[in-house]
Amino acid sequence: MLKNRIIPCLDVKNGRVVKGINFLDLKDAGDPVEQAKIYSDGGADEICFLDITASNENRDTIYDVVDKTSKKCFVPLTVGGGVRSVEDINKLLNCGADKVSINTAAVQNAKVVEDSSRKFGSQCIVVAIDAKRNDAGWEIYTHGGRSPTGINALEFASKMEKCGAGELLVTSMDKDGTQSGYDIELMQKISSSVNIPVIASGGVGTLDHLVDGIKSGASAVLAASIFHYGTYSVNEAKQYLASKDIPVRI
Amino acid sequence: MNVTIVDYNSGNISSVINSFKEVAKDKVNIEVTSDLTKIKSSDKVVLPGQGSFKSCVDGLNNISGLVDILNEFAINNKKPLLGICVGLQMFADVGFEETETKGLGWISGKVSKIDNQNGKYKLPHIGWNQISIVKDSKIFKDIENNSHMYFVHSYEFVPEDKNVISATTDYSSNIVCSVEKENIFGTQFHPEKSDKIGLKIIDNFINL
Repeated sequence: MLKNRIIPCLDVKNGRVVKGINFLDLKDAGDPVEQAKIYSDGGADEICFLDITASNENRDTIYDVVDKTSKKCFVPLTVGGGVRSVEDINKLLNCGADKVSINTAAVQNAKVVEDSSRKFGSQCIVVAIDAKRNDAGWEIYTHGGRSPTGINALEFASKMEKCGAGELLVTSMDKDGTQSGYDIELMQKISSSVNIPVIASGGVGTLDHLVDGIKSGASAVLAASIFHYGTYSVNEAKQYLASKDIPVRI
Repeated sequence: MNVTIVDYNSGNISSVINSFKEVAKDKVNIEVTSDLTKIKSSDKVVLPGQGSFKSCVDGLNNISGLVDILNEFAINNKKPLLGICVGLQMFADVGFEETETKGLGWISGKVSKIDNQNGKYKLPHIGWNQISIVKDSKIFKDIENNSHMYFVHSYEFVPEDKNVISATTDYSSNIVCSVEKENIFGTQFHPEKSDKIGLKIIDNFINL
């Protein structure tokens, strides 16, 4: 039976982990490579890096991080943030990323998704959807949630599936950072409207939120803070899901 | 000993390279090449594969003489070869991804899309699934039945002779996820992304 995935996400800026770190045995708290290794040793089903480096001159730092991580962690590695072109994707894959997540570029130019999935295979193309509630449903935003687009999230999800996306990483902007749980309705609506796997993101504060995320129809749940701050370990999260009869890899 | 990973523009092979180098340490030389002479003289060959069946077959055919060398290596000389994901699928006679495409024809059968039962099952089949070992295979030494492996694919290999199947996984139906026919081995899952247990499979292949 296919297991539901738990994916810890690390925000990386200028090659360093941004959010907090409470691992006691960490030599270098800001080293994404070491943190990723702790996650994979702890049973993470995948690792996700979100590169939030703002300046162009430091953008190459992520390649080095990916390269080093992929030599130490032997679980799938997804990398997103600032991915603009097929060439960017190619470079990340060559450094050892297994999947690349595309956000703004996918909205601005769907051809990037079409071309890259044809060139590298759908399995490594993840489209990241940042969605916010409005009167009509959910609207997608780009540029790390700063720019509204007027595009309906459900329509965009179906369009990306047709363009060749292998997975959708859906983040609720209303919920992100609140620790009050995923936007369950959003996850349900998108999961049931596409035939590709959905990764739920944004809002996890407790282990029950992970349970709710899976029950909403998502194939995987992504979380940052609860793992970063050491509130729960990946293994604790998996044991809890298993206790709620949710199939996970233990 | 030399183990060669065939580099034929089959998509992203860096994870395969990293995992083999991790397992090999300094004891075994891991070569990544499309050089025919090097492939021919190596002790073992790894045939990775990502993307579509057609794009991978095209990739092989675009390197002049590569298919002949692989045939000689695996069929005539019967040296150990491991196909991973589409690398395994290409053992078949024919594949139906994108368009009907002829495979290597090493293990009779076809590669067709997984039946998603009208949307009941999401495709690609992405994530960790348990393997059910149905036959002893040399690459499964010290691998427990029902171990979790990492999968990512939408197409499945359906061999004619069921005796070649060494493991299956349950997704929509019992999907063939590992084969062994004499010196030819293949995994539909990705041992290079299946954590320590996957590295053990790679170790088993290297130590054949």
